Amino acid sequence: MNWMEYINAFWVGGAICAACQVFIDKTRLTPARILVSLVVIGVFLQAIGIYQPVVDYAGAGATVPLLGFGYSLAKGAAKAVAEKGLLGVFTGGVTGAAGGIAAAIVFGCLFALLAKPKSKS
Amino acid sequence: MKLDKQRYQQLLAQKSPPSPLWKDCLKAFLFGGAICTVGEGVSNFWQARGLETADAAAATSITMVFLGALLTCLHLYEKLAKHAGAGTIVPITGFANSIVSPAMEFKSEGLVLGMAAKMFVIAGPVLVYGIAASVVYGLVLFLLGGGGAA
Repeated sequence: MNWMEYINAFWVGGAICAACQVFIDKTRLTPARILVSLVVIGVFLQAIGIYQPVVDYAGAGATVPLLGFGYSLAKGAAKAVAEKGLLGVFTGGVTGAAGGIAAAIVFGCLFALLAKPKSKS
Repeated sequence: MKLDKQRYQQLLAQKSPPSPLWKDCLKAFLFGGAICTVGEGVSNFWQARGLETADAAAATSITMVFLGALLTCLHLYEKLAKHAGAGTIVPITGFANSIVSPAMEFKSEGLVLGMAAKMFVIAGPVLVYGIAASVVYGLVLFLLGGGGAA
């Protein structure tokens, strides 16, 4: 077992969350705006080649924060454009993030149906 | 005096002292880091089962979404979020929480326009801008000739 990779995942993931906490406290941005910003920033950082080294270094510390969702979208887009050209422009991003999206929808439905409604007293 | 929920939240925000930034950040760091460390363990689990790096990353996303949805369903994620702030919002488990939480709340308003529609109150914009950004990036790569750089 390689402990360094867990330590790297911990501090990089934690640092990303702490940085976002500063934004939330200082700007009163809503969580929805934070999440949207993170995904778009993730796409951008991967596009200019910064995020791949972070992923190589921190593993889940970089892929589990929502920046990593943007990273998957951008990585999928690049791969599909290289393979399929113009068609890949449209298919690549969603293909790259397909697992997360489908899981979110299916588990969302499943657990919402299973959940006991909270009493609103 | 009768207070509705919104008014109560406003009053609460006025009366409660602003929470110290460094304390919020420390908690976000610890909880967020912990969730990512769990993710690293899940990723190693899938790689040990023989998945390649890229497939293991997808499997890890799916597993983390599952865990986030499960904890939300059990009303545990909101308890964590009270302390962790961004530490629970920013990881992909928070994305799952943003889907399951409104889906649970609006289930009583019907399965189509209640649960299924309200699931995407936050996740919808994330997908809209995320996918749009990936198409813009793909288009730039295509116009620059080929892609494959990343």
